[in-house]
Amino acid sequence: MAGSIITNNLSASFGDVRAVEGITIEILANQVTAVIGPSGCGKSTFLRCLNRMHELVPGARATGEVIWDGRNIYAPEIDAPEVRRGIGMVFQKPNPFPLMSIADNVSAGLRLTGMRDKTEIAATVERSLKLAALWDEVKNKLNKPGGSLSGGQQQRLCIARALAVEPDIILMDEPCSALDPASTQKIEDTMEQLKKNYTIVIVTHNMQQAARVSDFTGFLLTRETGEPGRLIEYGPTSKIFTMPDHKETENYITGRFG
Amino acid sequence: MKNDLRRRSRKIKSGIAYFLCALSAILALIPLVLILGYVIFQGAAALNIDFLTQLPKPVGETGGGMGNAILGSLILIGIAAVLGLPVGVLAGVYLAEFRNPRLSWTVRLLADILSGVPSIIIGVFVYTLLVLTMKRFSAFAGGVSLAILMLPTVARTTEEMLRMVPDSLREAALALGIPRWRTIVSIVIKTAGGGIMTGIMLALARIAGETAPLLFTALNSRTWPTGLDKPVASLPVQIYTYAIAPYADWHEQAWAGSLVLVLMVLLLSVGSKLYFGRKMRSVK
Repeated sequence: MAGSIITNNLSASFGDVRAVEGITIEILANQVTAVIGPSGCGKSTFLRCLNRMHELVPGARATGEVIWDGRNIYAPEIDAPEVRRGIGMVFQKPNPFPLMSIADNVSAGLRLTGMRDKTEIAATVERSLKLAALWDEVKNKLNKPGGSLSGGQQQRLCIARALAVEPDIILMDEPCSALDPASTQKIEDTMEQLKKNYTIVIVTHNMQQAARVSDFTGFLLTRETGEPGRLIEYGPTSKIFTMPDHKETENYITGRFG
Repeated sequence: MKNDLRRRSRKIKSGIAYFLCALSAILALIPLVLILGYVIFQGAAALNIDFLTQLPKPVGETGGGMGNAILGSLILIGIAAVLGLPVGVLAGVYLAEFRNPRLSWTVRLLADILSGVPSIIIGVFVYTLLVLTMKRFSAFAGGVSLAILMLPTVARTTEEMLRMVPDSLREAALALGIPRWRTIVSIVIKTAGGGIMTGIMLALARIAGETAPLLFTALNSRTWPTGLDKPVASLPVQIYTYAIAPYADWHEQAWAGSLVLVLMVLLLSVGSKLYFGRKMRSVK
């Protein structure tokens, strides 16, 4: 199924430093999966391995398998840009293109990969902004610069931009950590809507958020300083947050460390 | 009481520091104002339409102008731009975007050395390379030496402007599945475009006034330019020739030529700063 990802013994490193090791997990289609864990446990690195963004950092390497749509995305014949079109990403800090209008920001992924058809582009812009629950706020100022929006609106613009290239999966790297509670609420509502058609993987620092929005939760932990992060436990969110199998998970979710 | 004293001494120190900074800023401006004022004062008298459009008159005759030198300078800058800008900008893109540590380090070091080489040495180099082998002074040789001269400036400013583009924008584009080359061209270079253009204009303004590398490459000429393989007049060389000649009306013309040159340079640097500076601010 196109919306699911299976990782098989996935490890990632920066130069000689191993960030995460041996992660085997099956992320289910049309579900929201949260990845939680203390700072520095490699959650973001793990997420960036899922659409080959990790390798952009000089010296960074990933080994193991990531199976998406029946293929290992790290197989030599696979083209990284093509993987990223199918598995989109939203970053921690909103990062709209500063010289582009709101509409051009949304359509950037289409226009810069060769789409010319103006009517189709306009239709995609509208559809994507509606999906990201931003359309009503910006429909009268589509030609204004993307940077003129508020932080929360910019983040929803980035979500719309990611949706416009029609991915199966959306990876979100702490998408609300730079936003106020009201904007966070809107993004969480948007995620709830999106999971009907998309698979969402969200990395979050905020355990309440993980509990609120996700169906499944994975807990990553670095056991000793200098050790790579490992997947300690993975399962339905309700189970992880009420009766986790591991003591470490329980300690973390009850706020005893991290 | 003690606090009061301390506050007062702090205030005095701050005042002295402020005064010294302001004084230095004004001192730095004085030469610029004096030069500009003096060139305008001396040059305006001989500056007229004839000066801008006519050929120089033979010794003894009055009138005439530096039209051929103005055109020659524009041709030389044009050749330098055509040859130097693509190489300089692309080298800057390489340094900023393709981080191959060893080659980048070498290229950066060479660019810094090249920008420190006195311009007359570059003239000598091009003289040996082109003038001796082609057995003639030429506009082309002059343009090549100016191109070499602007290369390091253009490469390093391009690199610096591209580095100012936050990585988050590169990641945003790449995460949309936009290929690397397209990300560099349509996102990174476009975002840094204003800064790169300002750098280019400043480099052009700098080479517009270069004299030494032209002395034995483009040489000089008293006629209109006839071909890129012929010697060509240029404003700086013409100013130099007229300024050291023993005729009073030539001196006046040298001043007028200086004024034209200064105005050209000002137009390039101030104009580009005003125009592209505004663009850059909108990026931030």
